[in-house]
Amino acid sequence: MWRYFAPAAGFLALVALFAFALMRIGSGKLDIREIKSPLIGRPAPAFVLPSLTDPSRQVDSRAFAGKPYLFNVWGTWCAECRAEHSALLAIARSGGVPVIGLDWKDEHEEAVAYLATLGNPYAEVAADNVGRTAIDWGVYGAPETFLVSAEGIVLEKHIGALSMAVWQQKFAPHLKSGGGS
Amino acid sequence: MIPELGTLALVLALLLAAAQAFFGLVGAQRNRQSWMAAVTPAVAGVWVFVTAAFAILAYSIVVHDFSVQYVAANSNSELPLLYRIAAVWGAHEGSLLLWIELLATWALLVAALSGGLPIAFRARVLGVLGLVGVGFTLFTLLTSSPFARLIPAAADGADLNPLLQDPALAAHPPMLYMGYVGTSVAFAFAVAAMLSGQLDAAWARWTRPWTVAAWMCLTVGIALGSWWAYYVLGWGGWWFWDPVENASFMPWLATTALIHSLAVTEKRGLFKSWTLLLAVFAFSLSLLGTFLVRSGVLVSVHAFASDPSRGLFILGLLLFFIVGSLTLYAVRAPSLKSDGGFELVSRESFLLLNNALLVAAAGLILVGELWPLLMDAFDLGKISVGPPYYNMVFMVPMVPLVLLLGVGMHAGWRRALLKSRQRLLLTLAAAAIVAALLIALVGYGGPGAPLTIVCFAAGLFVMASALIEPIEQWRRGLKLPRAALGMAIAHFGVGVWLMGVTGVVSYKVEKDVSLAPGESTEISGYTFRYEGTRPVAGPNFEALEARVVISRGGKVIAELPTQKRTYRVQKNPMTHAGIDVAWNRDLFVALGDDLGQGKWSMRVQYKPLVRYIWLGAVVMAIGGLVAILDRRYRVRRTADEPAAAPGTARKTA
Repeated sequence: MWRYFAPAAGFLALVALFAFALMRIGSGKLDIREIKSPLIGRPAPAFVLPSLTDPSRQVDSRAFAGKPYLFNVWGTWCAECRAEHSALLAIARSGGVPVIGLDWKDEHEEAVAYLATLGNPYAEVAADNVGRTAIDWGVYGAPETFLVSAEGIVLEKHIGALSMAVWQQKFAPHLKSGGGS
Repeated sequence: MIPELGTLALVLALLLAAAQAFFGLVGAQRNRQSWMAAVTPAVAGVWVFVTAAFAILAYSIVVHDFSVQYVAANSNSELPLLYRIAAVWGAHEGSLLLWIELLATWALLVAALSGGLPIAFRARVLGVLGLVGVGFTLFTLLTSSPFARLIPAAADGADLNPLLQDPALAAHPPMLYMGYVGTSVAFAFAVAAMLSGQLDAAWARWTRPWTVAAWMCLTVGIALGSWWAYYVLGWGGWWFWDPVENASFMPWLATTALIHSLAVTEKRGLFKSWTLLLAVFAFSLSLLGTFLVRSGVLVSVHAFASDPSRGLFILGLLLFFIVGSLTLYAVRAPSLKSDGGFELVSRESFLLLNNALLVAAAGLILVGELWPLLMDAFDLGKISVGPPYYNMVFMVPMVPLVLLLGVGMHAGWRRALLKSRQRLLLTLAAAAIVAALLIALVGYGGPGAPLTIVCFAAGLFVMASALIEPIEQWRRGLKLPRAALGMAIAHFGVGVWLMGVTGVVSYKVEKDVSLAPGESTEISGYTFRYEGTRPVAGPNFEALEARVVISRGGKVIAELPTQKRTYRVQKNPMTHAGIDVAWNRDLFVALGDDLGQGKWSMRVQYKPLVRYIWLGAVVMAIGGLVAILDRRYRVRRTADEPAAAPGTARKTA
C-alpha cells in the first residue's frame, strides 16, 4: 500500500529542494541577480584555454594581471548575450577596461562568425568547450559578467544581460575608487 | 478611485471563490442540495468580478493612469493601443490577473456545459476550481497587486518591454495561459473522482474534451511563442530550451500523455490510477512552470519579473494542491481496479508505450531544468544545462514515439493488427523511405544523414498512416466520427511538424556577413544584395531599415526591408527580421551592427521547411478542435444514464 505514497513523497522532496533554493536566494538579497557571488573578494579562478580567434594559441589568465578587466561569459546559443552585445561593444570602445570573453560550450564556427558579424568587443576570447572554467567561476547561465581588479580579485558580478545602466551603477564605481578592492 | 474599485472587485471575487469551493466540496460531501445549488451563481459571480478587475486594469492602461505603479512600469503615452492592451499581461502582476481571469472563464464554461453531470460530481469539480481560484486570487492580492498606487504619479510610463511589442507575443501569453489554466479542469475532474470514488468510462468521457481543449490552447500558445522567438529574437532559431519554454513544454507532454491514457480508461477501463496521476502531474507541471518563472529560482531570458517572496507563496500553493491531491491519490488508488488485461500487441500496449515515452521526455526535461538547483543545493558546484543535453535527451524518446505512432493508430483494442492493415502499413513504410531518400537527393542534393532519412520517412509514414482510416471510410461512403477524424488530423499534424523540424535542422544554411551598400552574398543559390539603409520612425521607436534584394539566377524574387529598432524609452535595440516565405523555405535577413563606413553586419539564413513546424502545430490543434466537437462528448441531460459500457464504443475512436 505504501507504494501509492511514492508520488506524494517524491513531490515533497521536490518542494523541499525548492524551499532550500529559495532560502539561499532569500538569505542573500531579494533578487537572484543581486546575490553576491561567493567569489567576490576572492581571487579570480585561473585558467589556460585555447583562444577562439586563433586556436593554436593559449589564453592564460595570468597575462591579465596588473590592470582591472571585465570577464564576460557568453555563447552564440544564448539570446540574452546578443541583447547585451552592443553594451559590451560600447564598454570596450570607451577603453576603460579590456573585456575578456569566455565562449562557453559553443560551436567554434558559429562563434567566430558571430564576432565577425556583430563586432568583437573582446581583447581576448577563451573557448571553454568542456565548461570546466565556467564551473570554476560559478556560472549559473549565460550571460554573466565579472569585474576583476588589478590584483586579480573579483570585485563585482552581474547575472543576465549587461546594459549601460548596469555598467554605470554596478561596475563603473569600482573603477573610480581606484580599481582596488 | 477606479483602481481601488479593481482591488475591491478582486476581494469580492476572492470571497465568492471561497463560497464556490466551500459549497461545492462540503455540499457534495454532506449531500446538501441547496448548498450545491449555490455553486453555479458563485461561479458566475467570480467571473463577473474578476472580469471587472481585468477591465479596470485595461482601462487604467488605456487612459494612461500613471498613478498606478503597474501602468507606470509597463506602459507609455506613446505605446500603441494594441500593445497597451497587451501590457495588461506584459508583466508579473497583470499576467497573474490574466491567470485568474482565465481560470474564472474555464470554471464558467464547465458550469455552463456540464449541466448533465451528476449534481454532486459537478459541485466537486467546480469546488476544486474554486479552491484553485482562492489560492491564486490570494496570491495576487497579497504579493502582487496590479492596482498598487505610485505616489506621486509618474509623468510618463517606462514603456512595455520592447520584446513584447509584437502581435504574436500579444497573443502568446493568453493562449498559453489558457492552456496552463485549462489543466486545472482535468485536475479538478481527477480530484472529484478521487473524492467521490467514481472513476469509470463515463468519468473519462467527461474529462476528455476538457483535457483536449487545454491541450489545444497549450499547443497554439507554444507555437506562437516559438514563432515569435523565430523572428523577433532575430536569431532564426525556433526553440531555445530556455527554462521558461521548458516550463510550457512539460505540461504539454503530460497533457498529451493524459489525452491518450484517458482514451484507454474510457474504452477499456484500464490505467485508471495512472490517468489520475497524469491529471495531477499535468496540473503540477503547470504550477511548477508558474513557480519557476515567477520565483527567480531559475535565471532565464523570460524572467521579466521574479521575486523570492512570491516564490515562497507559490511554493505553498504547490504544496497544498499537489501534495494534497497526491495524498488523496495514495489513499484512493489501491481501491481502483482495472477491468481486465490486454495483449502484448494491441492498442492498449501502444498507448502504454506512448505514455511511457512522453512521460520520460517530460521527466528528462525536468531533470535538466532542476539539475543546476540540485547541484547547488548539495554544494557540488554550479552548472548550467544547455541545448546539447536537451536535444539529445529529447531525441531518444521522440524518434521511437513517432515511429510507433504510425503503426499504433491501426492496432485494435485488445488484439493485434489486422493482416490487411499490416501489408498496407509495410507498403507505406517502404514508400516513405523511398520518398524520404528522394526528398534528400532531389531537394537537397545528397543522400542525407541516416537520422535525416529516418526522420523524413517517419514524418511521411505518420502522415500517410493517419490518412488511411479517413480515406477508407470516405470510399465506403461512411462518415468518420469526429473524435476519430480529429485524432487522424492531429497525428497528421505530428508528421507535418516532424518534416519541418527535420528539414530545418538538417539543411538550414546560416551565414554571418558584413556588407557595404551594393555588395552581395550568396547562400544556397540565392543572392542577397544589400541596397543601403534609411531611417524610419515608428510610434514609439526609431529604426534603421535596410533593404536587401534577393535574387536567384538573375531574377529578383523578393525585396526585404529589415529593421533594427531602438525604442525611445527603454533604449534597447531590437531586430525585426526580414523574411521571404515560400512553400518550401524561408529566406531570412536580420540586421546586426553598424560597422562604420556604411558597412553593416547581417545574418542571412536559408531555412528549408521551417514553416511546417508551426503549420504542424496548428494542424494538431485543429485536430483537437474537431475531436472536441464529437457528439459523444455532449453531456446528455439525463444525468443518470448508465456509463457507456467499454465494449460498445466505436472501434476507431
